[in-house]
Amino acid sequence: MSPRRRTGLVPYLLSLPAAVWLGAFFVLPLLTILGVSLMTGNSIDGWTLTWNFSIFGDAISTYSTQFGRSFLYGGISTAVALVTMYPVAYWIAFHGGRFKSVLLFLLLLPFFVSFVIRILAWQFILADDGIILSALKDIGLVPADTHVLSTPFAVVAGLTYDALPFMLLPLYVALQRIDPAHVEAAADLYATGAARFRTVILPLSAPGIYAGIVLVAITNIGDYLSASILGGPSTTMIGNIIQTQYVNNADYPIASALALILMVTLMLAMAVYARVFGTRTLQEHIG
Amino acid sequence: MGRGGEQEPRSSAGGPARPDLLRGLTEPRYSRRRFVRGAAGILAAGSLAGALSACGIAGTRDTGWEDGFDWKAWWGEQEQQGTFDFANWPLYIDRTKDGSPTLNAFSEKYGITVNYRPVIQDNATFFAQISPVLQSGQSIGYDMVVISNGWELTQMIKNHWLIPLDHSRMPSFERYAAQSIRSPNYDPGNEFTVTWQSGITGIAYDTDNIDREINSIKDLWDPAFAGKVGMMADDTELGSFGMLALGIEPKSSTPADWRRAADLLREQREAGIVRQYYDQSYIKALEQGDTWISMAWSGDVFQAQLSGSENLEFVVPDEGVMFWQDNCMIPYHAAHPVDAMMWIDYFYRPPVQALITDWVNYISPVPDAKPIIAGELDDPTVANSPLVFPTPEMESKFVAYYDPTGVEDQLEWTSIFDPIIQS
Repeated sequence: MSPRRRTGLVPYLLSLPAAVWLGAFFVLPLLTILGVSLMTGNSIDGWTLTWNFSIFGDAISTYSTQFGRSFLYGGISTAVALVTMYPVAYWIAFHGGRFKSVLLFLLLLPFFVSFVIRILAWQFILADDGIILSALKDIGLVPADTHVLSTPFAVVAGLTYDALPFMLLPLYVALQRIDPAHVEAAADLYATGAARFRTVILPLSAPGIYAGIVLVAITNIGDYLSASILGGPSTTMIGNIIQTQYVNNADYPIASALALILMVTLMLAMAVYARVFGTRTLQEHIG
Repeated sequence: MGRGGEQEPRSSAGGPARPDLLRGLTEPRYSRRRFVRGAAGILAAGSLAGALSACGIAGTRDTGWEDGFDWKAWWGEQEQQGTFDFANWPLYIDRTKDGSPTLNAFSEKYGITVNYRPVIQDNATFFAQISPVLQSGQSIGYDMVVISNGWELTQMIKNHWLIPLDHSRMPSFERYAAQSIRSPNYDPGNEFTVTWQSGITGIAYDTDNIDREINSIKDLWDPAFAGKVGMMADDTELGSFGMLALGIEPKSSTPADWRRAADLLREQREAGIVRQYYDQSYIKALEQGDTWISMAWSGDVFQAQLSGSENLEFVVPDEGVMFWQDNCMIPYHAAHPVDAMMWIDYFYRPPVQALITDWVNYISPVPDAKPIIAGELDDPTVANSPLVFPTPEMESKFVAYYDPTGVEDQLEWTSIFDPIIQS
């Protein structure tokens, strides 16, 4: 064996642990899910692989409403989180001074409590006779039969609320890395405040926006807690369906098929998004 | 933005055709190495597909004890071990700072330590946790579990995952158990189960907001309460209520009845009457004023009244109420079956049952506990409540659930009712 050939193998050997890891904890489970989704049977007789590809068509046609709703709610909550968190991250990054860490810590503090507990707290706060609505009703600002819980608004609000830190952190990191000299240079060249933001700060923070959107959208589209705790009779998301089919009905094929469809759709969406927006801005700033 | 797009021309899409590119795209140039790699890939994919075809997922059929097993002889060989493991639901036994008085008294009297674990949150989840273990022929680590009547319990029985109870070791059950809980339709002759506590699914309403009389299941369809009606997210409860509203007896219903009930329930949802399909949280929704009228479990309402929600009223509608039972059972492979049997015999004694019932407030399986609660325990509120000790008139309105005949049957039920809950 020539020495050249041996060195050719070294990179592969070095990447072996990572490959084994990926294979065991990502590829194998994924293939198993794919296998299970193509099976037919029931919990008593067991399931056999019958290459039942029609399940994907059935799953999409039966649950298209819930799929659509998941992407709608996920999309809205991501957009709202971005719009609300950008100014916050901006302010902390540029005007936080020596209180930066303290401010960040305070913003993240509520998120040390479990999501379930926080969302249950919202259920309490937003109750029909709860502290907010009863006060508003007493002073006559809203009609007496107003309710917030059990509406799409409540579900989207819950999703948005949980997304805030995951949006804030990447935005903050991107904004904080911007060299103030760039902004000053733009000012020296007679750029107005709006122009400085549009042509310098916004493009330079694009990787943060991209990372925030990816993080939040993926989690929120697959979420089921917000809908099950704050939702109403017509706010079921695809995560709720997967959970019920898997745990309550032990219908593993349909649950696996739905999970796969969700995953593939998300990956396609992210790939398209990365091509159109993500990698270009990333290349622009790195290259 | 948009500077990046101008600097770099996008890829060749739409550009002039290049002969070298065309050649590269159309003419295959397989090297030997690429061929070998490709073949290996196809082989790997093929063998994986083969492996998947071969394995599948095993079912639960024939994973329990074998037909004709001599349980009488088996019980004869068993001996008291001095300990047993008991899985129950939270807040389902009497409780003080020093643990449960009844469990402590039992330990003292018989020298049996009870490892009491309130780990069961709902039937489906608990069943999903224990079924792989039972399926692989191993002990789940509990000698007694409490599961409600329903599809999970039916599977436990059909899969032969339960040890038939030794009736010779439970004389107090034979003597004191209420007639209404003996020999239920899902377990004739109490072969595998005895009731821990039972309850009814009826209607609860808020007297602050509703001043007319509520006496019918149809009241849950009243447009006057639009957006303030709570229904249960459990498809068994919901479907049964739909049938009661139509005057159909769930126990002997057919899939055609289920569809009619589903149509009625769908109407209710589409008319905007249903506020939400609730799990256990329905009681909080009632207390918070999110709902004014709701499907409800008797014990929850009784406890809510005791803890200050006096505006809540529980009614047994004219059409009837669903009567459910939470059942004690001994899972197959249990290591301490005799100790568990001794506990069954113990907790059916009226003084013991009085302590448990006075704390739990669901329907007591032992009517003779009533005078003890009224007398010695001095708690007339509980003793005189028809929700704890139902009157004969009330018992005549108890309706039993449909018991699924098999997995196809059960799947048909869920496929009819789940789309209403999860739309």
